[in-house]
Amino acid sequence: MAKQVKIYSTPTCPFCIRAKQFLKDNNVAFEDMDVSVNQAAAEEMIRKSGQMGVPVLDIDGELIVGFDKEKIKQALAL
Amino acid sequence: MIYDLIIIGAGPAGITASIYAARKKMDILVITKDVGGQAAWSGDIENYTGYQFITGPELVDKFQEHMQKFDIKLKENEEVIELRRKDNLILVKTDKGAYETESVIIASGKRSKELSVPGEKEFKNRGLTYCATCDGPLFAGKDVAVIGAGNSALDAALQLIKIARHIYIINITSALDGDSIMRQKVESTQNITVLNNTQVTAVVGEKMVSGIKIKEKGKEKLLSVQGVFVEIGLMPNSEFAKDIQKNERQEIKVSSQNATNIPGVFAAGDVTDVPEKQIIVAAGEGAKACLSAFRYLAQLK
Repeated sequence: MAKQVKIYSTPTCPFCIRAKQFLKDNNVAFEDMDVSVNQAAAEEMIRKSGQMGVPVLDIDGELIVGFDKEKIKQALAL
Repeated sequence: MIYDLIIIGAGPAGITASIYAARKKMDILVITKDVGGQAAWSGDIENYTGYQFITGPELVDKFQEHMQKFDIKLKENEEVIELRRKDNLILVKTDKGAYETESVIIASGKRSKELSVPGEKEFKNRGLTYCATCDGPLFAGKDVAVIGAGNSALDAALQLIKIARHIYIINITSALDGDSIMRQKVESTQNITVLNNTQVTAVVGEKMVSGIKIKEKGKEKLLSVQGVFVEIGLMPNSEFAKDIQKNERQEIKVSSQNATNIPGVFAAGDVTDVPEKQIIVAAGEGAKACLSAFRYLAQLK
């Protein structure tokens, strides 16, 4: 079964854009949480990851802070 | 194995050098912390010939696509820690291995300067950030401090006026620097307070930032803020190149052919003393450095 992928991002953050592009290039469906407008999502991200930097990826509960290509690949078994 | 050329860095300079080298059929290796460098952090780019408008991430994707057309060996997430000449070869030591090569191009770029005060490392991404463009939106309705007084600091403050509640600009000198248009905007904005002659001495908080300690005319006080944006300029990633001549800003000195003081070691882009730090300049310098390295190798053989 496909993994549940959530990405907490802002529209202006270059590494968020690249992380989303990377997921698209690999045909990974994801839910984009725009923390610049969605305050609840912002708080959820800070609570889950204990920090405020974007992007944060939640792949089936596994949290990855930043656009860490290797970790993302591993978590998604790409 | 001994490479013809090792390129350190994969920003506009390093990537361009690698494309030129691949087309010259040189045996190369690219070692870098990340692909894109500062260009990946740029917002809108409107002065890269051929693109009337492109964002930093998009341009970096184009660069990467171009590089991937060739079979270029790339080591990502790897940091060079030592570089030295040993007999006729150059030794490149990284945090993950060691390599030997006939020539090197240093294209390691620049990074954000750190404040070097207590609490800075601890609170990085816990309220303290070096990228207002990225993380600014997370500080909606909060009080924040922008450290610095140049264009990047003013730009950060102006990006935050619609997001944060109040913005303090902490400036160590007696007046703001940067373009006059931006200064005027900052000075006429209601929710910005400029604190001149003021130095940050510590970042404090529990889990997240709750304030900064500032010192003005010898008097120290606590300023309550939930966000800290450090914008005090850039520094070259040149520490590993110990035997290489640098200027007072620690930028690597290069000739018009991109040669350094060490034979076989060339440098290009923002890490050098090239007068203008621009994406297109860095790319051009990368091309020049590669052609110089190619000529150097031809003379050896």
